[in-house]
Amino acid sequence: MKAPDYRTPRIGINSIEHQDKLLRLWKTTPGIKGFFTTTDHKEIGIRYIVTAFIFLGLGGVEALVMRIQLAGPNLSLLTPEQYNQLFSTHGMTMIFLYASPILSGFSNYLWPLLLGSRDMAFPRLNALSYWIYVASGIFLYAGFASGNGPNDGWFNYVPYASKAFNPGLNEDFYALGMVFLGISVTVGAANFIVTAFRTRAPGMSLNRLPILVWGTLTASVANLIVVPAVSLAFFLLWMDRQFGTHFFDTSAGGQALLWQHLFWIFGHPWVYAIVLPAMGMVSDGLPVFCRRPLVGYSLVALSTVATMILGFGVWVHHMFATGLPGLGLAFFSGASIAITIPSAVAVFAWIATIWLGRPVITTAFLFFSSMILLFVIGGVSGFMTASVPVDWQLTDTYFVVAHLHYVLIGINVFPVVGAAYFWFPKVTGRLLDERLGRWNFWTMFVGFNLAFMPMHLTGLLGMPRRVYTYNAYPGWGMLNLLISVGSFVFAIGVSIFLVNVAKSLRVGARTTQNPWDAPTLEWSVPSPPPPYNFAVIPTVASRHPLWESRLGENAALSTVDRGMLLDSGKETIATSALDAAPDMILEMPQDSFAPLVLTAALSVLFVGLLLKTWSVVALGAVLSAAGVLMWLWPRRALREREPATEAARG
Amino acid sequence: MKASPLGYLDAAGVRAQHILPLTWFTLCVSLAVCVVIALLLWIAVRRKRIPYGVDIANVSIESGGDGLRWITVGLFVSAVPLTATLVWTMLVLAAVAGPPANPAFVLDITARQWWWDVHYSGAQAADAFETANEIHIPVGKPVLVRLHAADVIHSFWVPKLTGKTDVIPGQTNQSWMQTDKPGRYLGQCSEFCGYQHAHMQFEVVAQTSAEFSAWEAAQRQPAAMPATAAAVRGLEVVQFRCASCHAIRGISAGAVSAPDLTHLMSRSTLAAGTLPNTRGNLEGIIQTPQDAKPASLMPNQHLSARQLTDVLAYMETLQ
Repeated sequence: MKAPDYRTPRIGINSIEHQDKLLRLWKTTPGIKGFFTTTDHKEIGIRYIVTAFIFLGLGGVEALVMRIQLAGPNLSLLTPEQYNQLFSTHGMTMIFLYASPILSGFSNYLWPLLLGSRDMAFPRLNALSYWIYVASGIFLYAGFASGNGPNDGWFNYVPYASKAFNPGLNEDFYALGMVFLGISVTVGAANFIVTAFRTRAPGMSLNRLPILVWGTLTASVANLIVVPAVSLAFFLLWMDRQFGTHFFDTSAGGQALLWQHLFWIFGHPWVYAIVLPAMGMVSDGLPVFCRRPLVGYSLVALSTVATMILGFGVWVHHMFATGLPGLGLAFFSGASIAITIPSAVAVFAWIATIWLGRPVITTAFLFFSSMILLFVIGGVSGFMTASVPVDWQLTDTYFVVAHLHYVLIGINVFPVVGAAYFWFPKVTGRLLDERLGRWNFWTMFVGFNLAFMPMHLTGLLGMPRRVYTYNAYPGWGMLNLLISVGSFVFAIGVSIFLVNVAKSLRVGARTTQNPWDAPTLEWSVPSPPPPYNFAVIPTVASRHPLWESRLGENAALSTVDRGMLLDSGKETIATSALDAAPDMILEMPQDSFAPLVLTAALSVLFVGLLLKTWSVVALGAVLSAAGVLMWLWPRRALREREPATEAARG
Repeated sequence: MKASPLGYLDAAGVRAQHILPLTWFTLCVSLAVCVVIALLLWIAVRRKRIPYGVDIANVSIESGGDGLRWITVGLFVSAVPLTATLVWTMLVLAAVAGPPANPAFVLDITARQWWWDVHYSGAQAADAFETANEIHIPVGKPVLVRLHAADVIHSFWVPKLTGKTDVIPGQTNQSWMQTDKPGRYLGQCSEFCGYQHAHMQFEVVAQTSAEFSAWEAAQRQPAAMPATAAAVRGLEVVQFRCASCHAIRGISAGAVSAPDLTHLMSRSTLAAGTLPNTRGNLEGIIQTPQDAKPASLMPNQHLSARQLTDVLAYMETLQ
């Protein structure tokens, strides 16, 4: 048993010697070993972001190919099956492999810096979450690359996904890949929740959290609740396909609608999970450029949580046409209309923040503020589909395609690119180019609206979604050509961003630790931050530690240059859940191969399941057990075993 | 916008017409919200913006009012159209959700990959008949539609007459149609159902009672025996090559896996709306269906030129 830890942290001031000592303790080994073993949240966060952008590029190219096929009526660039795999893979990529991981990446990088901590609560779990994300992404794309991509849309309705109608490996890749990816999401969510409640700097009570933390925390709680539903659904589908069970087999008493319930009870909260953290980025970034605190902090934080709570009760609005009883539909319709209210809180808070502030028009500001309009456009089309009878006409037309792209690009991609302009100097020590940034913004903004605004019209003209071609009905050809042109303009806009990143990494203007004069803790450390983040653990007295002398919010002031030193090992401080009172010293694990080994072992397991080769499955299971054992092996550095001297004395 | 055959902003059916004012209302509210928000945003950005080039660190931080009134006023204003929409939604839902109390008749429609099998029951068993991809209804009378799925999920949608109802294996959903305007209304499968989801259309033909009765009487007739020599030879080929999937009443009944051909020539389109029903298209559909509708279940036929001419001669007797 581990002896209770009664050490009291020494308090001191930041010094060069102290920093050197911490650097030796926290630095990741350089080279290939460090690459595979690092548990530094910043390293993992950057990898998440880069990987997610690669998937964004893949999904974007898929979209462009589809837009060539749809540029005019009755074109035959693609066969129906190629088109079906493309639109399904595009959805899978953007929703599961880009939109969620990109936000995990930003949160991974930023959270400990925002919270005044030296790492996430479970650094190795963090590495595991990333490695499994990569492995499952490769697994899913292996299907597509071998001509076995998903071909039933990202929501994969049965029975078309069942073996009888879909005998290839396509759906096996998708089903197993999604169960695999679910592990990554689950461990990542658990890590965020514990990190948010336990590793904040002393004094950072819940009502002082940045909104980004509220957003990711809310999303993580939702993920823990709803990811099991979708993992179960995909597992049952795989059972049906491989072992002839009858969960979705209607000829043997199974239920086609069971799939839809299991999927959407996950799917709708997931939509909020991939927008709430991005809304948090806007809530935190916008005020910096408006030179004033966010209007209605408490209401915005509460509306974040309220959105998710209501979000658990709206999944049936994806199923209004499935023949469910009218009374049931009425409740879900009401809930779907009511969810507008918390969204409206955020919108008015943002507009008021700009109105009452003095906006500095940077590229980041352009992305954040334009997101408000795109959010409203995506919101009102959602409000229209919330009305059951109206939805009976709108659903499954391009109107819904327009809606979901305004939501996902408007509320995810635009804030993410804005956040990149905002935090790039913190990550790299260099600013992104502002002139290129204007080109970047306006090309993306114009291209996006050119591509997706006319989709509302094709939807109102009755064009169904997921068709590989269409007839030359009046208006359809012209609008679709416009959409295709817009999508290429938008793609150029995204490319300009990538060019800006590549250029600025090499020759961007050097920056100080706080180029935007922003108020939160990440701006109190050097750019890029040292491996240990904070040389001394800061003490927080308000929501705006770096602005409080100017705002006069508090009598007490935050301190960032004097505090707990915590330098007798890889240590950070745990605090109480609500008030962030110091609680105990956390011994953080060293870099480790265990997450990578466990991921490799799980990959073997899933490949075995895909091929139904039980010897490979058994091998994967044994290797996974070995990986877990390696992970959990008690270590002296973590005080999981008696110190060596005492053990020898026996 | 009104010319699109799948557009629903020029509704012609009772059910679609009930929904239309609510659609326009929510659309106008939505447009108004977008315009107001865009204006507020534009003014907010312009009114106190800092000139380009000023270092952000030189712009002081001010708390300048808590701004909460924006949120309270915004929410109160938003609540008005939201509440109105909620109430209106419930009223429309109550009006159009349920099936009509006294339908003129009941249609059983079975959706299949990738066509529509339409069954008219008639007053007695002998009156029943089968057709495909073209539904005739009398004007002024509500028609109840029972929806069956033979394979995967489809969705029944006639934009100008009625909104979507999914067709789901293992359950029988209901929709209904009623229109006062005679005409041809396009329908489309609107739930993704595989390779040829794009080409799974049908037509609803609304006719006066007299026209409808005449059509019904004609459809009840079995196929006539061929009169010409070519047609007789054609029938032989059809019985050998087509009849195991396609039913032709009076000739070979019972096959259900492909559209009933008994009165094929009375229909306006081929292959579930893929092509207009012309001799040239019919020839193409018989010989190389995989060109017009790739991956459909009908294989290419490889008939000789003589056989093809004979088959077409027979098909043209199926009036």
